[in-house]
Amino acid sequence: MEKMSRVTTALGSSALTGRTMHCHLDAPANAISVCRDAAQVVVAGRSIFKIFAIEEEQFVEKLNLRVGRKPSLNLSCADVVWHQMDENLLATAATNGVVVTWNLGRPSRNKQDQLFTEHKRTVNKVCFHPTEAHVLLSGSQDGFMKCFDLRRKDSVSTFSGQSESVRDVQFSIRDYFTFASTFENGNVQLWDIRRPDRCERMFTAHNGPVFCCDWHPEDRGWLATGGRDKMVKVWDMTTHRAKEMHCVQTIASVARVKWRPECRHHLATCSMMVDHNIYVWDVRRPFVPAAMFEEHRDVTTGIAWRHPHDPSFLLSGSKDSTLCQHLFRDASQPVERANPEGLCYGLFGDLAFAAKESLVAAESGRKPYTGDRRHPIFFKRKLDPAEPFSGLASSALSVFEIEPGGGSMSWFVDTAERYALTGRPLAELCDHNAKVARELGRNQVAQTWTMLRIIYCSPGLVPSANLNHSVGKGSSCGLPLMNSFNLKDMASGLGSETRLDRSKGDTRSDTVLLDSSATLITNEDNEETEGSDVPTDYLLGDVEGEEDELYPLDPEHVHPEEPEYVLPQEAFPLRHEIVDTPSGPEHLQDKADSPHVSGSEADAASLAPVDSSFSLLSISHALYDSRLPPDFFSVLVCDMLHFYAEQGDVQMAVSVLIVLGERVRKDIDEQTQEHWYTSYIDLLQRFRLWNVSNQVVKLSTSQAVSCLNQASTTLHVNCSHCKRPMSSRGWVCDRCHRCASMCAVCHHVVKGLFVWCQGCSHGGHLQHIMKWLEGSSHCPAGCGHLCEYS
Amino acid sequence: MNRSGSSPSAAANYLLCTNCRKVLLKDKRIRVSQPLTRGPSAFIPEKEVVQANTVDERTNFLVEEYSTSGRLDNITQVMSLHTQYLESFLRSQFYMLRMDGPLPLPHRHYIAIMAAARHQCSYLINMHVDEFLKTGGIAEWLNGLEYVPQRLKNLNEINKLLAHRPWLITKEHIQKLVKTGENNWSLPELVHAVVLLAHYHALASFVFGSGINPERDPEISSGFRIISVNNFCVCDLANDNNIENASLTGNNFGIVDSLSELEALMERMKRLQEEREDEEASQEEMTTRFEKEKKESLFVVSGDTFHAFPHSDFEDDMIVTSDVSRYIEDPGFGYEDFARRGEEHLPTFRAQDYTWENHGFSLVNRLYSDIGHLLDEKFRMVYNLTYNTMATHEDVDTTMLRRALFNYVHCMFGIRYDDYDYGEVNQLLERSLKVYIKTVTCYPERTTKRMYDSYWRQFKHSEKVHVNLLLMEARMQAELLYALRAITRHLT
Repeated sequence: MEKMSRVTTALGSSALTGRTMHCHLDAPANAISVCRDAAQVVVAGRSIFKIFAIEEEQFVEKLNLRVGRKPSLNLSCADVVWHQMDENLLATAATNGVVVTWNLGRPSRNKQDQLFTEHKRTVNKVCFHPTEAHVLLSGSQDGFMKCFDLRRKDSVSTFSGQSESVRDVQFSIRDYFTFASTFENGNVQLWDIRRPDRCERMFTAHNGPVFCCDWHPEDRGWLATGGRDKMVKVWDMTTHRAKEMHCVQTIASVARVKWRPECRHHLATCSMMVDHNIYVWDVRRPFVPAAMFEEHRDVTTGIAWRHPHDPSFLLSGSKDSTLCQHLFRDASQPVERANPEGLCYGLFGDLAFAAKESLVAAESGRKPYTGDRRHPIFFKRKLDPAEPFSGLASSALSVFEIEPGGGSMSWFVDTAERYALTGRPLAELCDHNAKVARELGRNQVAQTWTMLRIIYCSPGLVPSANLNHSVGKGSSCGLPLMNSFNLKDMASGLGSETRLDRSKGDTRSDTVLLDSSATLITNEDNEETEGSDVPTDYLLGDVEGEEDELYPLDPEHVHPEEPEYVLPQEAFPLRHEIVDTPSGPEHLQDKADSPHVSGSEADAASLAPVDSSFSLLSISHALYDSRLPPDFFSVLVCDMLHFYAEQGDVQMAVSVLIVLGERVRKDIDEQTQEHWYTSYIDLLQRFRLWNVSNQVVKLSTSQAVSCLNQASTTLHVNCSHCKRPMSSRGWVCDRCHRCASMCAVCHHVVKGLFVWCQGCSHGGHLQHIMKWLEGSSHCPAGCGHLCEYS
Repeated sequence: MNRSGSSPSAAANYLLCTNCRKVLLKDKRIRVSQPLTRGPSAFIPEKEVVQANTVDERTNFLVEEYSTSGRLDNITQVMSLHTQYLESFLRSQFYMLRMDGPLPLPHRHYIAIMAAARHQCSYLINMHVDEFLKTGGIAEWLNGLEYVPQRLKNLNEINKLLAHRPWLITKEHIQKLVKTGENNWSLPELVHAVVLLAHYHALASFVFGSGINPERDPEISSGFRIISVNNFCVCDLANDNNIENASLTGNNFGIVDSLSELEALMERMKRLQEEREDEEASQEEMTTRFEKEKKESLFVVSGDTFHAFPHSDFEDDMIVTSDVSRYIEDPGFGYEDFARRGEEHLPTFRAQDYTWENHGFSLVNRLYSDIGHLLDEKFRMVYNLTYNTMATHEDVDTTMLRRALFNYVHCMFGIRYDDYDYGEVNQLLERSLKVYIKTVTCYPERTTKRMYDSYWRQFKHSEKVHVNLLLMEARMQAELLYALRAITRHLT
C-alpha cells in the first residue's frame, strides 16, 4: 500500500494525481460517493457522515455533517449519493426510512436541507437523476420506490414493487425516463418515470436478492447486476427480452458493482460477507479477476470510481473504518499468480496439456530436457505428441494421442455392453461372458469365466466339448511355463513368442487327451489356478494388446516363480506325500498357511516334467471325487478378483462379483467392494454407458453404491414461456397456464419422454419424432431446420 | 423475584406452580404424569386439530416425505393447521437431520437432545433419544454428558448461551471451539451444530407454547425414556381458576369483555395505520420507545408473582429434572433480561448491521450448503403467512400485528430495528399476550394453559398456533443472528 506510485492522467484540462493511500475513519462506513470534481468524497455510515478532500498525499477531513446535540437515527445512513450536476447537493438514505437531502451551500453548521419521511422501512438506496437537477429516487425495504422533486415537499410518484423489498435503484444514464430497480426476490424491474402504475419490464436475474445494479456508462442498455448468489450478470436491455451477456462467478455475495470508466468490459465489485477484497473483472474473462485490491481488513461496503473518465483511481469505504484510494497500477493481478498450466487425461488415454505459449516454445527448443522429464509419465504408452492445435490468448494447448490401435479401449465398451450379469443361471452367465471375452480376444478372461463356472456349477453339467476346449487351453498355458521368463523381459515382443507357445501347447494338449481322458477333471483344477495366479497370466498366449503388459512386472512375483510353484503343488493335493520336495523355506512360510493358494497351484504341476505331472493329475482326480465344495475355492476366487482389480481391470472384478453374488461377497472386504463398484461405475459413466452403469448400481449389494440411484432423482422443469419452475406437474405451467411441451408432430402435450432438437429446440414424443425424421429431414414444426436424430 | 437465575436450583423451580408445590411438599408424591387432555395438544381441543387433519392429504404426503420418524407426530399435527408453513418446516428439519451435512447422523440427534434439554423439553428429548439409537448412536452417551466425547461436550457452553442469553456469544467462544486441537470443530460442523441448536431451542418454545402432548404410543423402546411426561402443571391442565392472578387478567386498557377486546385491537390497528400518515414521532422518541419496550419486557414476567418464589424450599425438585439435566451442565443458567440495569451496558444489536437476508444467509450457506435457502424460505414463509383474518373478521391486513410479534421477540433478545416504531408493540400487544410471548420465548418450560388461554380470547386456535410459529421462528432467527455474527467476527 505504501508503494509510492504517482499517476498523472490527462483528462482534458484537469489532471488527477495521487497515490494509493488510506485514512482512518472513526466508524464503519456504509457507503461512499464522489463529488463530480473528483476532489472530494463523502463517507456515510451508522455513526459517521463526513466529507473528505482527496489531496495528493492524503485524505483531509473537510466537513462533518453529523451535527446536533443528540445524533438522531436520521443520520444513520444506509446509503449516500452526491449529485453529479450540483456539487452542493447530497442525499442520504437512513436506516429508519427517512430520505434526507443536504445543501452544502447553507451558511449554517447544519447543512440538512429536506427530510422525506414517506418510507416505512429502511431505505436501501437513493439515486439522483444524472442530468436533472431536482429529481431524486429512493428504494426501500417496504417495497416502494419513490421519486422526489426537491422543489416540493412530498414525493412526486410512488412505484410499487408488490411488497418485495427494493435493494437498489439506478437511473439509466442514457435513457432520460428509465430507471432500474432490483429486488430481494431476485427480480429486476425497468420503470418509466412517467408511468408509476406498472413497470415496463420485469425479469428474474438472480436466485435470491439482487443487491446492486449499475448501468454501463457508454453502452446503452447494458445493465450489470450483482446478487446474493455470488454472481455478477451483465444484461442487454435493448432487445425485446433482457439477454444475459456475461456472467461472472465470484466467491461471495456481491454487494456493489460499478462499471470502470473508459474500459468497456471492466467492472469493479465488492462483497457483502466474508471476502474483503475489491475485484475488477473483465466480463469476458469471468474466472480470474483482472485486478484485485486487498487493502481492507473487513468487508468493503462502498466503492466509487473517482472520476467518470479516469479508469485508474478507485475509492472505497469499509466496515474496518478506513477510506482508501486504490491505484490501478498498484493492484495485484491474480492472473499473474495463477498457474497457467493445465493437464488432463482423456477418456481414451489421450492427454491434453495447456501451457503458456512461451513455455511450449521453450519446450520444443529444448527437447532433451522435456523428454527426460516427461517420458515416464507421458509416454508410458508410446504417445506421440500431436501438434498443438489451438491456443488461447497466452496459452497453447497440446494434445497427445494414443497410437491408433495400440490402446483402444473398445474392448472395455464392448465387454461392458455384452456381458450378462444377471437373469440367467450362473453357468449360462459364465459361459456367455467367457464367450464374449473370447470373441474380444481376451482369452485369459475367458478362461477365468470358464473356471468360475466349473468351480461353482456342478461338473456333471459341463458339456464335454467345452471341457475339451478348456483342457487344451489349460495345457497350452501350463506347459510352456519356461518361456514365461523370457516374456517378462520383453513385454512388447510377446506376440510372436506366445504364438510359438501356443502351437507347442496345442500339440501337448493333444497328447494329454490321448494319454488319459481321466485327466479332464484335473485340468479343471489347472484352469482355476491360471486365472487366479499372477505369473501365469503372462503365459496366456492371447493377452497381447491388453494393458496388462504395461504394468511393470513385479519382480517379487516373477523371480521366485519356480520354487513357489513347486511348493504349492505338493502342499495342496498331497500334502504329506511331497513334503520333502525341496523348496525355499521362506516361501513356504509365506504361502503355507493358505491352502487355497496351493490348491490353485495344482496345475503348476504341469510345468514339471511331463511324467510327474501325470502322476499328479491322477492324484488330483482322486481328490476331486471327494467333491470339494465351492466354498473351498472362494478365497482363491477372491484373490483372483483382487488380482484383476489391481491390474486395472476393475470391470472383471465387478462383473464376477455381481455374477457370483453371495458366493464370494462375504469373503471380500465391504470397503474394497465399494471401491471397485465406484471405480467401475465411474469408468462406465465416462464412457457414457449409462444403462450399464445403472444396471451395475442396481445389482450392487453395497449400500453406499446402490443409494447412488436414489440420489437426485428429481427432474426440474422450467416453463418455456415464463421461465418459471413448474412445481406441480411437468407439462402445465401454473403461472401462465400454458402447456409447456407440445409435440410438434401430433400437437398434444408430451407427458412422458420428450425429445427435442438442440438446433431449433422443437420436439415432441420420442416415437413421433423418430417416425417423422425417418421420412423427412426437416423439423416437424416447419421451422426449416434440418434436425438430426441419432 | 426470580430474576438472577443463577442459583442451581432455579431451573427446577418453574415446573410447578406455587399451589401445587405446596400440595406436593405436603405429601411428597411424584406428580401425576398423565396428561389430562387427549389429542396432540394439551391446550387445543382435540377436535380442532383432528378436524383439520382428516381433510388434509397434503400433510400426510409431507410427513411421508420428510418425517424422520415416519409417523405423524403431535408437533406435525398441530402445525398442519398451517400446511404451507409445515412444508418448509419439515423440509428444513429433514435436511438438517437427514441430508448431506458435515455431522454424522447420531451426533445430530444428540445435539438436538442437548438443545431440548436446556428447556427440559422431555417431548423432544424422548423423540430424539429414539432417533439417536435408531441411527446407530452409542447408547452409553444417553447416560449423560460425562459419557460423550469431549468434542460434543465442548458444545455445551454455546448451547447454554444460545438458549438463554445469545447476546453473550463472542468470537472467543467460536475460537475456542474451532482452534486446532484434538477436539476441534470445523466451521461447517459448527454451523451445522448451531443451526440444530437454534432449531431445537425454538422448537422447544413451540412445544411448550402449544402444549404439545407426549406421543400417545407408550412403546418404551429404550430404557432411556424419561419418566416425567410433561411439564405442565396439573392445575393448569385441569384449568381450575382457583388461583387468582391479577397480572394476567388485568390489562392496560381495562377491557373486560373479550369481544370488545378484539374490537379494540382492530381499532388500534386501524388508527396506527392512519396515524402513520400524519403524525411522526421524533427520533429521540423512537429510541426511548425501544428502550421502554425493552425495559418493560423486563417486568412482564418478573412482575408475575405467580411463579416467583424463594429458591431454597424446593431442593428436592431437582430429582424430577435430573433425567433431563444429565444432558446439560449448569442447569441454573437461564434467560436474563437483556435490558437489565446495573451491569455493564450491552450494546444493542442493530438489525440493519447484520441481517439474515444479507449476512446470515450468506455465511450459513457458505459453510453448510443449501440450509440457507431452506431457512430463508421458512423465515419468509412464516413472516408472510396470512389468511387476512382476525378471529371472526375477514379481509384484515395483519402485517402490522405479525411484525409487532416478530420484532417484540427480537427486542427481548436485544435486537433493534431502526425502522420500527416500538410504540406499536405497546399498542398492539396486550399485557397478557406479552406475558405469554416472553414466557414462550425465554422460559418456555413455564408456559401454562392459563397463559395460553388468557390472551386473544376471541381468536381461533389456529391463529394462536400461528402466533407460536412466529415466536418460534423469530427466536430461531435471533439465536442464529447472534451465533453467525460471532462466527463472522471470528472469520474477519
